[in-house]
Amino acid sequence: MEKTIDEINEKIRQGDVVVVTAEEIIEIAKEKGPKKAAQEVDVVTTGTFGPMCSSGAFLNIGHSKPRIKLGGGTTYLNGVPAYTGLAAVDLYIGANALPDDDPRNRVYPGEFNYGGGHVIEELVAKRDIRLAATAYGTDCYPRRTLETRINIRDLNETVLFNIRNAYQNYNVAVNLSDRTLYTYMGVLRPNAGNATYSSAGGLSPLLNDPYYKTIGIGTRIFLGGGVGYVSWHGTQHNPGVPRGDNGVPRRPGGTLAVVGDLKQMQPEWLRGISMLGYGCTIAVGIGVPIPILSEEILNYTRVTDADILAPVVDFSEAYPQRKSEIVGEVSYAQLKAGTIQLQGKEVPTASLSSYPGALRIATILKEWIQRGKFLLTKPVAPLPGVESDITFKPLKERPIE
Amino acid sequence: MNVSKRIVLHFPRRLVDRPIIYRLVRDYNLEFNILKASVTPEEEGLMVLELSGEQGEYDNGIKYLTENGVRIQSLSQNVIRNEERCTHCGACITICPTAAFEVEPLTRRVTFYNERCLACGMCIKACPPRAMEVHF
Repeated sequence: MEKTIDEINEKIRQGDVVVVTAEEIIEIAKEKGPKKAAQEVDVVTTGTFGPMCSSGAFLNIGHSKPRIKLGGGTTYLNGVPAYTGLAAVDLYIGANALPDDDPRNRVYPGEFNYGGGHVIEELVAKRDIRLAATAYGTDCYPRRTLETRINIRDLNETVLFNIRNAYQNYNVAVNLSDRTLYTYMGVLRPNAGNATYSSAGGLSPLLNDPYYKTIGIGTRIFLGGGVGYVSWHGTQHNPGVPRGDNGVPRRPGGTLAVVGDLKQMQPEWLRGISMLGYGCTIAVGIGVPIPILSEEILNYTRVTDADILAPVVDFSEAYPQRKSEIVGEVSYAQLKAGTIQLQGKEVPTASLSSYPGALRIATILKEWIQRGKFLLTKPVAPLPGVESDITFKPLKERPIE
Repeated sequence: MNVSKRIVLHFPRRLVDRPIIYRLVRDYNLEFNILKASVTPEEEGLMVLELSGEQGEYDNGIKYLTENGVRIQSLSQNVIRNEERCTHCGACITICPTAAFEVEPLTRRVTFYNERCLACGMCIKACPPRAMEVHF
């Protein structure tokens, strides 16, 4: 028996919808069998909370008197440069932006204590932000400098727009060299002294809908503690990677571009973070509801950590030199057990994304749906799937004559 | 009865050039293991010690230190996790040389066992949300 999203939404309005998390569905389907579980359960909620670098926010700060054209000028928020290639008072602040005077890796490894991700966290926390701008001045926008405090409460549109989030699976990082490496996958000890990973595994949104049968453009989601939407497939979306029999990608696969109103969001789920020797970024909380429209959809949500394999990549050579070789493949069940076997050696593991955070998000989203405050949406267009001709192309360098 | 404790000693300027630790060994029969020390002549000294010995002698040694103006803190008071900033990601797990962080298998929350902490500071900058703080 198949269901429609309209039917599920009607149940949400009536208050008799059955919602469980992607963790809970595993036992439920085992107990009841997939057929009965697919009839009884209407929605499975997923979650993830980890560093997502391609994130940032558009801000419209309102017009000063006299007017200033920030476009083509410079603007700093708490000392962090914002992008000003837009109209007079629209800005974009990216999570990886750094103050001009940050020493970066000149003192190695750089600490990267404050950047764009931290500005976004402080904005969302409704703290005042220092804005300092210069402009060239025009007849219609005569002002050339602006220094003021701003607060999210007083701004016009504040839109989180992340061009790549919620990676469907990801690399496990190790370091086969004999010196410590400071990477976006954390501090990697020499001689495969540790292995780091970054995925919620069996709870992660796109791993519960491996072929993007329910998640598409227009899907309403939990984003940073508020309500957001899937706006496009994310950059580097790569549906054509090798998959297991369960359809789950064995390499970094699909990604999502997401959008939402920053004013509804919470600093708890948009956390500015610092990767030693690498840079600043932001941990983003995302939760996606999966409508159980059929037994097939239900079966996808039954995926467990043991069913998801991730490639182990050497960050001393293969990653920086863009070589495709991998050291091995491990499951998230192995990673979460605390050690993996690698080249005959026991290697301790550490996670960079927060599983307790992911579970909390899936639970919050479940409660929103149960309380009738969050209705599901039917995608207006699907994400490119395995049948699409999308590939993840490397840069082909051509000399400039 | 023997005791062994990790303590932080703050030496005022006037004591920096006196053989304080030597007296602990000679007069109170205590064993020590220096975990961290920073002594700046003409300024102030800070030393993190693991100090062990017979309870009575240990107490007398501590009394000797305090009577001479050394301020003593228990090490566990110095390394603090900011619970609001910690996201329980677990990046610290393989950074800490003394396994002071553990993932609880069921909840996957990270517990900080500060009695195992040596205050080496490795976790401070390796923690992405910068939730670990050292206060000496």
